[in-house]
Amino acid sequence: MKSYVPNTEKERREMLSVLGLESMDELFSDIPADLRLNRPLDLPDGVSEIELRSILAGYALQNEDDGLLFRGAGAYSHYIPSVVPQLAMRSEFYTAYTPYQAEMSQGMLQALFEYQTVICRLTGMDVANASVYDGATAAAEAMIMLRDSKRRKKMLYSAALNPDVIAVIKTYAHCLGIETVEIPVGADGLTDISAIAANMEGAAGMIAAQPNYYGNIEDMQAISDAVHAANGLMVAYVNPITLGLMKRPAEYGADIAVGDGQPLGLPLSFGGPYVGFMATTAKLMRNLPGRIAGQTADAEGNRVFVLTLQAREQHIRREKASSNICSNQMLCAVMAAIYCCTMGPAGMKEVAQHNIAKAHYLAEQLAAIDGITLRYPETPFFNEFVVDTTLPAQELNDALKDIGITGGLVLPDGGMLWCATEMNAREEIDFLCDTIKSIMGGIR
Amino acid sequence: MRSSYKLIFERSREGRRAYDMPELDVPCACGTIPEGMRAVSRLDLPELGEVDLVRHYTNLSRRNFGVDNGFYPLGSCTMKYNPKINEELAAMFNSVHPRLDADMAQGCLRLMKDTEDMLCEICGMDAFTLQPAAGAHGELAGLMHIRAYHEHRGDTARTTIIVPDAAHGTNPASAVMAGFKVKEIKSAPDGGVDLDALRAAVGSDTAGLMLTNPSTLGLFERNIKKIAEIVHNAGGLLYYDGANLNAIMGIVRPGDMGFDVMHINLHKTFSTPHGGGGPGSGPVGVKSHLMPFMPVPVLKEDEDGMIVPDYDRPESIGKVKSLYGNFGVIVKAYCYIRSLGGRGLKEASENAVLNANYIMHRLRGAYGIPHDRTCMHECVVTPGELVDYGVHTSDIAKALIDRGYHPPTIYFPLIVHEAMMIEPTETESRETLDEFVDAMLDIAKVAKTDPGAIHAAPVTTPVGRPDEVAAARKPIVKYW
Repeated sequence: MKSYVPNTEKERREMLSVLGLESMDELFSDIPADLRLNRPLDLPDGVSEIELRSILAGYALQNEDDGLLFRGAGAYSHYIPSVVPQLAMRSEFYTAYTPYQAEMSQGMLQALFEYQTVICRLTGMDVANASVYDGATAAAEAMIMLRDSKRRKKMLYSAALNPDVIAVIKTYAHCLGIETVEIPVGADGLTDISAIAANMEGAAGMIAAQPNYYGNIEDMQAISDAVHAANGLMVAYVNPITLGLMKRPAEYGADIAVGDGQPLGLPLSFGGPYVGFMATTAKLMRNLPGRIAGQTADAEGNRVFVLTLQAREQHIRREKASSNICSNQMLCAVMAAIYCCTMGPAGMKEVAQHNIAKAHYLAEQLAAIDGITLRYPETPFFNEFVVDTTLPAQELNDALKDIGITGGLVLPDGGMLWCATEMNAREEIDFLCDTIKSIMGGIR
Repeated sequence: MRSSYKLIFERSREGRRAYDMPELDVPCACGTIPEGMRAVSRLDLPELGEVDLVRHYTNLSRRNFGVDNGFYPLGSCTMKYNPKINEELAAMFNSVHPRLDADMAQGCLRLMKDTEDMLCEICGMDAFTLQPAAGAHGELAGLMHIRAYHEHRGDTARTTIIVPDAAHGTNPASAVMAGFKVKEIKSAPDGGVDLDALRAAVGSDTAGLMLTNPSTLGLFERNIKKIAEIVHNAGGLLYYDGANLNAIMGIVRPGDMGFDVMHINLHKTFSTPHGGGGPGSGPVGVKSHLMPFMPVPVLKEDEDGMIVPDYDRPESIGKVKSLYGNFGVIVKAYCYIRSLGGRGLKEASENAVLNANYIMHRLRGAYGIPHDRTCMHECVVTPGELVDYGVHTSDIAKALIDRGYHPPTIYFPLIVHEAMMIEPTETESRETLDEFVDAMLDIAKVAKTDPGAIHAAPVTTPVGRPDEVAAARKPIVKYW
């Protein structure tokens, strides 16, 4: 059994005697006897490091994750430069907590200030917070910002948002009595912009994704214009890896830009920890939830960073706070910033180019297979797209699974959502398509 | 030697790069982006060589202080040692995609299920969800269960959550986010819940009471059974804020105390690193009557022994986060529980309580102790007579920095004037505690003879005390 208690039995007894006590039990005399557990916890005995390693290896062996991956749907396999995890694993960063004591936390505070700047430059917005839990909760927090700044309890959302994002928005909205209205997706796989105006009455704004859940590139300018025409605020849910090639949210008039920062250097890790980013206009700055790092000076005039605008936060405002968030995803935010600074402007553009190119190559090769058709052949897309198959999608995936390939995600309507990134070499894509040909040919 | 440190943007030189990519092996497709959605300018990100980038962040880390640097007795935050092995083992799952079909991710799903089961035993609850990402997020999710419970009984008048004035700020803030009104009740002189105030506060509008036990004063709530009875008799439910769970593992369980729903901070009690402010993880445990409302997916074992995510839960509150939660954090907590076992967890709690009492004992006389009785895993002290010399809690905190310590939590709980909340945790040795106390005693001495020296602190840090008022008045929150 492993113990992280350094004091020996002898030292513990000595400390107890300093307190005038004879046993550990006496420390707990405030706890009513009939409430106490009075039996050992029914857990496996503690283990050594060697044993722990083999236990964890046992779990890892039950995963089949070492084959080819062509799935995204909100979590993406991108290359993570070695500098990102190595720098984030500096234990001065990862074993610290929220930088309440600025003088001894300048490293983390400056890293957050830089992260906020990176997010502002990616999105074109004026101000960003120091992160929330993930993209979905960022969307929910944006909804609350809309309510508070417009004083209207209604929001529209595109049906082409990631279903998890919609689910989280609805969970939060239900509790807060906010009405959410779904704007449907047209036959082209894009948000039906013509439906916005008719539903905007009394609404604080709308949230739409770029690219949307189906990988399609929305006309965010048109959506934003429709929302603004009805005096609403526009929330853009963006995949940040697109921004080396695509217009930034501020440039099509977004009032709030949110999204999940996972593509920026964070491992898939079965769904988390990821990081939600939030950026907005100067006007809405004080409605932002969570931590914000700001610049000030000490008495000598040195530049100093601190947590600022804390009058918005729960530890000061309690029930009047803009959100309940306390711990967020700071280390993940720092990782995202390190990733963006490693890639730089040229690298961010190049990685976006690779993604769109690989996905288009995959789409062309798949569409050339008899029995597979692109569902939205006329609609532009980024690194994901939907196909329909004559062979039931789950059957196709099961056959691919047998040879170590994770195919596209099967959608509830039977379609398949495929993804390719810079991680998929051309040979992999060719191998995938040859395999599918033989599967579909063999079955027919 | 004081100095500011250049921002990464100030180190940028056009054309430098720290990345590389393979040649594109398929045709370019950038032309497919509609003209109106194409980038109009190059991203304004810094350009550095790899070594300069690495030095920038390495030097930033040297301007930061973590548990690995020294004693970090930040009350209510449980800054215990973060085992290195757990970091390595969590990374084994880095490449597992969260949308894999369940049969391909059995390792991850089973690890989560096993973690849920162990947390149930530790806390005396019937089921756990690992979805919430942090403590406050767990509070929100837990309160949503309370809301759903009353809603499904048609008891829609229950719109108020009662919160003691000693509670963490997240409690009332979470209650409001869950759509409740907040009724704050005053604490009794001994720092516990004032039973008369509670009796007066409960009624047909009571949805529940949020309680931390041990309380934020580090004291066990001796009246917990009575409190549970009052709230339950009034038709409300009892919420346990698990921030202070490190005091009671293997000794007493929230479920046995009468709590209906609770959260745990894995980044506190279960040793996962705090990450400079996250990622954490805030699993929520419930008694059986709240199980129908748990967020989807609920992990179930099917007849073939496979763990499957169950989305078919018509009474579920829905989802509070995408996917399954902060999985990487959950793995580390699992590793911690397995390393220690049941006996080791109890040993951890016992020594956490011993260490806190030892500090409190040694500070008695030099500092004020507003509630002087056996404390649990943390103690609350005040500057006492030092305020007569113009030395306040914030000054003591800054003086501690100069002596190589992270200060305790200060000015919290709010019900103690000039509070310093000291939580040593079990992973500190006796000599670390002694040295810390000696530093506190030295500060108390200097405060009386040379208060100016305390007001000047910190002098050893790279920067001096920041002008926080200026920061909030004219916010500069990014580099132009």
